[in-house]
Formats: sequence, C-alpha cells, structure tokens
Amino acid sequence: MTIRPASDRSLLISYGDEISLETHRHVRRLVRALAGVRGILNLHPAYTSVLVDFDPRLRSHAAIEALVRERLEGVGDSAPEAVRTVEIPVRYGGESGPDLADVARHTGLAPERVVELHAAAAYLVYFVGFSTCFPYLGGLPPELATPRLSAPRKHVPEGSVAIGGSQAGIYPLASPGGWRLIGRTPLRLFDRDATPPPLLRMGDRVRFIPIPEDIPIPEGPR
Amino acid sequence: MSHIRVVSPGMLTTVQDLGRFGYAHFGISASGAADPLALRAGNLLVGNAENAPALEMTLAGGAFEFSAPTVISLTGSDFSSGLPLWCAVEVAAGQTVRCGRSRSGARSYLCVRGGIGVPLVMGSASTHLMTGVGGRALRSGDTLAIGDAAVRRPRPAAHPPPMLPDGPLRATPGPQADWFSEELYSAAWRVSEESNRMGLRLRGPAIPSPAGHMLTEGVSLGAIQVPPDGQPIVLFVEHQTTGGYPKPANVISADFWRLGQLRPRDEVRFQPVTIETALRLLRDQEEWLYALV
Repeated sequence: MTIRPASDRSLLISYGDEISLETHRHVRRLVRALAGVRGILNLHPAYTSVLVDFDPRLRSHAAIEALVRERLEGVGDSAPEAVRTVEIPVRYGGESGPDLADVARHTGLAPERVVELHAAAAYLVYFVGFSTCFPYLGGLPPELATPRLSAPRKHVPEGSVAIGGSQAGIYPLASPGGWRLIGRTPLRLFDRDATPPPLLRMGDRVRFIPIPEDIPIPEGPR
Repeated sequence: MSHIRVVSPGMLTTVQDLGRFGYAHFGISASGAADPLALRAGNLLVGNAENAPALEMTLAGGAFEFSAPTVISLTGSDFSSGLPLWCAVEVAAGQTVRCGRSRSGARSYLCVRGGIGVPLVMGSASTHLMTGVGGRALRSGDTLAIGDAAVRRPRPAAHPPPMLPDGPLRATPGPQADWFSEELYSAAWRVSEESNRMGLRLRGPAIPSPAGHMLTEGVSLGAIQVPPDGQPIVLFVEHQTTGGYPKPANVISADFWRLGQLRPRDEVRFQPVTIETALRLLRDQEEWLYALV
C-alpha cells in the first residue's frame, strides 16, 4: 500500500497497478474502513486505488494517513454485506449494438458467438465512477477484448452495453464515449430520484440476459 | 410563505449550496457553488448558516421578485444590479432585483435571509446540471420558497474580500507530477468557450504526452489533467469522479473560488506551491470569512 497526497485536500492510496480480485478486495476493505468518518468528504474507489477527499480544515494528510492504518487494523477481511447479483437484459446487435459486427471481425468470432460468450460470463462491478455512475466491470472473456474506437463517439445512447479493451461497462446516461457498443439495455442504470441513484454498486455481480429479437422492448422512461 | 419569483433567469442560474458529499463512490461528484467563498460570505452576511442554498448566476444575471420584505446579499462578481455588494441589503415586498452583465468575473451569488427552500437530495440542495440531481437551471416563472434557516443578525456593513483574483493560480503537485517537466508552469493558458461546471478547458502550447501508462483512478476537485492532445483540463465542481489522464498538478483549495470566477477567454497561469503554503493560504481565507460569524 502506498499513500501520497493528490492535492492539499486529498490522499491517493494505491495497491499497485495490477487489476485483480485481490486488489479489488483491498479497495473494498479500505472503503468500508473509511465510510462515515467525520472530516472525510468523499471516497473515490477505482481498480487498485482509493482517493480520499477530506476537509483540510478538520483533517491533515498525516491525520488521515494515521486513520487509514488504524481503521484497516480494525476492519475484517471478509465482506459483511450480502453479494447482490443484478441481471441486465440486453438487446444485442442491430441499432442497439452498432459495433457488434466490428467486435466479431476483430475477435474472429461470429456475432452470435460474441453474444453467447458475453452473456455467459459472470461480471463483477470493480467500481462505479467516471462521469456519472459508470460501472467498471471485470470478467469479460479475454477472447472478446477489442480496442476502443480511435475517435470517441459524440453521442452514446443511455443504456449502451460496451467493451473497451479488456473491460466491460454500461453507459448509464447518454454521453460521449469511445467504447465498442454491442447492445443496449432498457433497464435504468441511473435514477436521479433513487437513493442512491445508480442501480449497480461496487462489489455487485452482473449477468447479461439476451432479449430475443421477437420480444419488443417497452418504451421506457428514456 | 414568502417566496421569490424568477422574472428572468439570466444566462444560467441554479440553486447551489456547498455541495453533495459522500456519493463519489457511486460516481456522483459534489457539485455545489463554483465560488464557495462568495456563497459562504453571502450567507453569513444575511445571517444564514454558511451552507444555506442560494442562487448562483453565471456571466449575466436574472431578475427576481420578492413577495415579502426580506434581506439579501450579492457577492462574487459585480453583475450590474445597482445594489451594494458584499453586505446585507433590505428589499421591500414586491421589489424586483435586476442583475445584468458581469463587470468582473463569471459568477454572482444572491443569498436571501432564511435560504432558498428547496428539497434536499442526498443531503444537499445543489443542482448537478449534467445529471439533473437536485434540480435544473431556473426558468422564467419559477417560484422558490424562502426558507427559515437564519441563525443570526444580518450584517449591513460591507465586508469585501481582501483576496484578489490576480496573479497565477497556485497548484500543488498532482499524482503524476514526476511524469511532467515545467510546461504547465511556463506557459500562459486561455480559458476555452467549451468550459463548464464539469471542467475548465485551457488552450495553449500542447504539453507533450508523457510515456507512462496509468490505470483509471479517483480524481479530486481542481485536478489539472492532461489528455493526449496536451491541452489541460481543470476538473471543476461537477467533475467526473475517476479518470485515466495523468495529472501534473492540482489547484489549491484557497484558489477554488477563483476557478469559479474565470470567464471564457481569460488568461490563466499556474504557480507551484507546497501543501504547507496551500494550507496557510486557506487558513488566511478562513480567518477573513469567520470575521463575519
């Protein structure tokens, strides 16, 4: 574990640069250890690190560092919270997944096989971040890895299911983006009236369920 | 209940407090006042707690009609209202406060005694424009309740800040400071028209892309990130919570208010300071503010 200042009000705590289940467990443990501490304003978990944003009027870098070490002593290794599994229905290909053919070409697989592999895998939400509530999913079958677009799209529709290199994700809101879009879910991943608004949270398990072509997708709130 | 009617919203007016904290791990940044110093001072001047919701106007202000006599303050930049700034001002029932174009920086705050009475979303009244969390930009005809959050007497004497928005923005080293040399500090940058509450995009000589490869990591308010095109972006109040671009530096907390006053086409320079210096400057600022309590 390395701890260094990222600004005059934040510390970046890092567990190296290898994405793995073990570093993910460290990250979750740290987030759990620091939740609800007075003077800590925000925790930004990522693959192998947590940014701790604190009120510099109440806490110093040294005090937060001491607190991190102290709290980590007192928190157990096993995740106490129940594991949630969220099923995400996806309409693959066509207008919903304009890059499915490109992913098939890049991977040398038939489009049907891409869908089959994508929907058969079990995913883990490593963290939620980026612009708004974007779930970073681990567990993409390695044979589906496809590089991002060389120039990002200006408009990726809300609910787009995507591949970016060896990562998988879902765009909760319409936004610009450079990942390959292979499908789209009618499920709302971001509900501004819900507390908390994101459907998916760090540590959730995710499965994708293909929506057969003969089942119409109801016009949702989008 | 007394209220404010939005006669015209101006260019972009939102309800803001000091932000929505504790949701970054859900991918939601704090939002909140772009010039937190002006919001806090404005609230203290009218006798509110410093975090009370108020109106944040951008570049050109609106017109607001008050249904009952009350006390307001206008802080931040001079938006040509004709009313004195940085002090408590009485308004009469039926009076319309009309703001116009900015004569100085990007933002002006209208605080009202009692605060703006909007429902809190995840503990905050702040509008997060990109997601719509906490509301939307105000429109003509909107009415806003006036709350009852006043906690002390208003301060009619003017209390303008001694800090000036001049000179370089001060910055401490960012997580990838070692990847860069002095390019950020040696050039003059211009604020792009594409800047918004998510980020201030700067234009200038391209900073060469560093060789290192980094994983996406958490990013803090005021972080200066350098994408492959070499044009820095200062992450602002509605910033993304994680990012994968290297960050040579981070603007200091004591200069956050100045970020909120930058307008498109303004020139910006940066100066490196230590964390100790940054915290001393923040303490000085807090002392000025707490003279109002």
